[in-house]
Amino acid sequence: MSNNVYVIGAGETKYGELWERSLRDLAVEAGLRAIENAGIYSKDIQILYGSNSLAGIINGQENIGSLIADFSGIAAQNIPAVRIEASSASGGAAVREAYLAIRSGEYDVAVVGGVEKMTDIFGNEVLDMMSSLLDREWEAFFGATPAALAAISARKYMKDFNVKKDALAMMSVNDHANASLNLNSHFKNKITLEQALNATPVAEPLNLMDCSPVTDGASALVMASESYMKKNRLSGVKIAASAISQDYLALHSRNSLYTLDSTKIAAKEAFKRSGLKPEDMSFVELHDSYSIYGLMELEDLGFAEKGKASTLVEDDIKINGRLPVNPSGGLKAKGNPLGATGVGQFVEAFLQLSGKADKRQVKDAKYGILQNMAGTGSTSVVHIVGGD
Amino acid sequence: MGELSRIWRESEHRYRLMGNKCGHCDMVFFPIRDVCPHCHRESIGKMKPVELSGKGEIVSFTIVHDTPPSFVRQRPYTLALIRLDEGPVLTGQIVDAEKDAVEIGKRVKSVFRKIGEDGKSGIIQYGYKFVLE
Ligand SMILES: [Zn+2]
Repeated sequence: MSNNVYVIGAGETKYGELWERSLRDLAVEAGLRAIENAGIYSKDIQILYGSNSLAGIINGQENIGSLIADFSGIAAQNIPAVRIEASSASGGAAVREAYLAIRSGEYDVAVVGGVEKMTDIFGNEVLDMMSSLLDREWEAFFGATPAALAAISARKYMKDFNVKKDALAMMSVNDHANASLNLNSHFKNKITLEQALNATPVAEPLNLMDCSPVTDGASALVMASESYMKKNRLSGVKIAASAISQDYLALHSRNSLYTLDSTKIAAKEAFKRSGLKPEDMSFVELHDSYSIYGLMELEDLGFAEKGKASTLVEDDIKINGRLPVNPSGGLKAKGNPLGATGVGQFVEAFLQLSGKADKRQVKDAKYGILQNMAGTGSTSVVHIVGGD
Repeated sequence: MGELSRIWRESEHRYRLMGNKCGHCDMVFFPIRDVCPHCHRESIGKMKPVELSGKGEIVSFTIVHDTPPSFVRQRPYTLALIRLDEGPVLTGQIVDAEKDAVEIGKRVKSVFRKIGEDGKSGIIQYGYKFVLE
């Protein structure tokens, strides 16, 4: 039998500013939902991957793998439980590790739990902590923040390709429209183009409506080998390809301010391995932590030529459009709990591909492509899901 | 915690814009690298220190309004990517410029300034910023 890997269950908490919730109870809630959803028991889990970015500095908690295993009630099963960290791409990277573990034949059932508890810190202190995903000594030291560097890319992109700010804003308008249909999303309000264009400046030309919020939340998956799934009469969504690539840490060291080489290379690899093409995709989940990245990513994933993604933002990217983008609500509106974000993309893909996405269901969804990215593009993880 | 030694360690490079050059391909780097990403082992032991002119041009920039605590008192500030004449691109602030005077492609030169202050340890950090030429 083949060693294909399936997502057989998914679960998540609400995303948002969840003041009363702790890191551990968010992780446990998502994990238990995924296990229940998969139709397995805790005792069936053979390995656990925790995905988290900043708990060490925000919550003063490391050793996340053990924390999740312990409070999920499986400590006494003595299974491996480790944390995968690749900044805001931790989630995608953890899913990939679970994929490789199952594909190798070493394990049949893995759980991936992504969690981030960001509101334990008040005010702009969290911005300093988020800047730890940049080069601390040669970017953040001089006043760079993730938003500032995205803004530097945005200004250059808009100038070189003569793209108006409207095109960036439309990505956020689309995210909010989709998030209004997602009960778990951080924001449930729709926004207009005018609102998106006239919000408080964060780092010019980007404003508050171009930036993903500070979000708490957890998302979890149960993954299994094809043989285990079939033997136990379970069902799931196939991971058709998994790829990861890495680039210079600092934006100033890269070849381009608006081509994400890590995304481009991972996408090319994922398409090659799956034998699929961009036009086969029914929907896309992008790592649009900042609106400009949404445009750059559509291009680097192969959906538009460089500088031309703005031609897709009017109609194509809507849920009922030619290429639905971020049916979940994306990072701008579903939210961006760093370590959970990439796992959350899979939760959406699982719902979409099993026809359970309710009001935001993409019609006849067959394949989805998920792109999860660290910082300003230092790591990208691209997965293609779906098919038989 | 590690703050003091970190700042001390990098101070020479930040104060004097010290970069280095690969003895194999002549590529100049800032900050310094122990190994050239193009020549790999061919460059080991051949990376030579080089003092940079501090002159260059603006690749792109932003005006930062939402800042971490140590930069609150400078808000809003202009942050740019600058391509130095010797080749490397670095991240730094542009200061003393009239509003709307900063543009992509304009020439700048480095100046020595206070960068930020660390709220907890109270140390003031120095390094390079840029002014329009
Ligand atoms: Zn070299």
